[in-house]
Amino acid sequence: MADSPQKFDKKSRYTEGRGIAGAFEGETVTRRRLMEGTALAVGGVATMAFALPGLGFALGPLFEKTNPTRWQDVGAEGDFNDVSYVPRVMNIDPEIGDAGKTTIYVRKFNRDIDKVVEGQDSQPYVVISTRCAHLGCPVRYIQASQKFVCPCHGGVYDSQGKVQGGPPVRPLDRFYTKAVAGRVLVGDRFSLNSQLERFSPRDPSNHLDGLWQYIYPSRPTT
Amino acid sequence: MKLPSPPRALRRSPPKPGEDERRNGGRDGRNGAPATKPGAKEHAVEGVASVVGWLDERTGTSPFLRGFLYRKVPKGTNWFYTLGSATMFAFLSQAVTGVFLAMYYEPDSSRAYESASRITNEVFLGEFVRGMHRWGSTVMIILIFLHMGRTFFFGAYKYPRELNWIIGVVLIVLTLMMGLTGYLLPFDQRSFWATVVAVNLNASGPIVGPYLADFLRVGSEFGPTTISRFYALHMLAIPGLIAALIGAHLYLVAKLGTTAPPWLKAEKKDLLREEV
Repeated sequence: MADSPQKFDKKSRYTEGRGIAGAFEGETVTRRRLMEGTALAVGGVATMAFALPGLGFALGPLFEKTNPTRWQDVGAEGDFNDVSYVPRVMNIDPEIGDAGKTTIYVRKFNRDIDKVVEGQDSQPYVVISTRCAHLGCPVRYIQASQKFVCPCHGGVYDSQGKVQGGPPVRPLDRFYTKAVAGRVLVGDRFSLNSQLERFSPRDPSNHLDGLWQYIYPSRPTT
Repeated sequence: MKLPSPPRALRRSPPKPGEDERRNGGRDGRNGAPATKPGAKEHAVEGVASVVGWLDERTGTSPFLRGFLYRKVPKGTNWFYTLGSATMFAFLSQAVTGVFLAMYYEPDSSRAYESASRITNEVFLGEFVRGMHRWGSTVMIILIFLHMGRTFFFGAYKYPRELNWIIGVVLIVLTLMMGLTGYLLPFDQRSFWATVVAVNLNASGPIVGPYLADFLRVGSEFGPTTISRFYALHMLAIPGLIAALIGAHLYLVAKLGTTAPPWLKAEKKDLLREEV
């Protein structure tokens, strides 16, 4: 358009299309530009309309507690003593059948052996999880040496579940317990740091000591 | 340039000397008229040719294929340059066998093991197809790493092919994710505990790690929906991404061309020396 007035800044990207047929003088945003913007915006809204709910659907379980507390009966109080561990099987997730079963080691709380952490009530029973604190393989208690040993990468724990050797980063997890009407009930898992202070359950491989504990936060799912 | 000539079976055979030329039905009869009626074979050839031509005219396939398949390649191109295609064919084999395995497999924590062993023990050719998928996964990982090694040692990642290297690295990561998510699906003791360990490896990453593990497990413990999630990732999400990225990878290969092996000297070297 050679004869159109050159009043506006030709370089503005909003008025590039001013020379096109039907354009009128004084337009700040051309119709072509407006149409482009509208088409992009509509496309964007349409994409977000399915992408965001879909993403929320996939990520939803990250923000809710997925395993509700279930107290499981693991035997009569008389079955357990305060010096040696008795193995029991409990079910972490009954919905997946045998895959949800896990072994636990149960012992009565013993004031001479077990440390009482200030400000935290001690559990009537010491119930040790067999999930290795390295990468989650099942550990086994060796009665003769009084150690928990992991078959995968050689983690070794003492009879308190504290790390004695190998790659694990914190002691073995434990479970909340209570004794009701002569029966021992086992509830939620909790994790411990090297001083046996209680934390909310963490995944294996998550450190809980010193500055390390801050890069492995407590999560909404636990 | 011309299209490649059709395979021999579809070509008209020239008349042998001394043979009646009119037998070769068509246009070389007297006065331009067909001397004999065209046979069934000629009809079939004409039919195929016209269908191919019809499609080609409307899709532009042959100019595209000419540009894509008949590219100029540098001197010294050798068998190492086939590793990329080999990886792609390994992926295609995985895709096809995977689709057929999905027709018998049930991604449910109580049915997965039984359905997988049913494939091996009862379904006709089930052991073979499952074996192809199982060993093919290993083959694909070996091939993709050989392909990466070839690219690295030949310097083929350098300008202007850096983006293709990056896409290739993403493809390797996705391929390894295929291996990880597929390993759970037989749902025996080995795959279960290997996946427990693998998810806990993810959990060891600072800050995001535990959330990533929760995402993979669908919660804080290995649950009934974990296997469905792995199955969906293994079946749909990751293969879709891989297919799309292979497309981008190939587009860039065709656009940028391949490199000569590093042991070939540039031809202009003498000229340059003269100028100095």
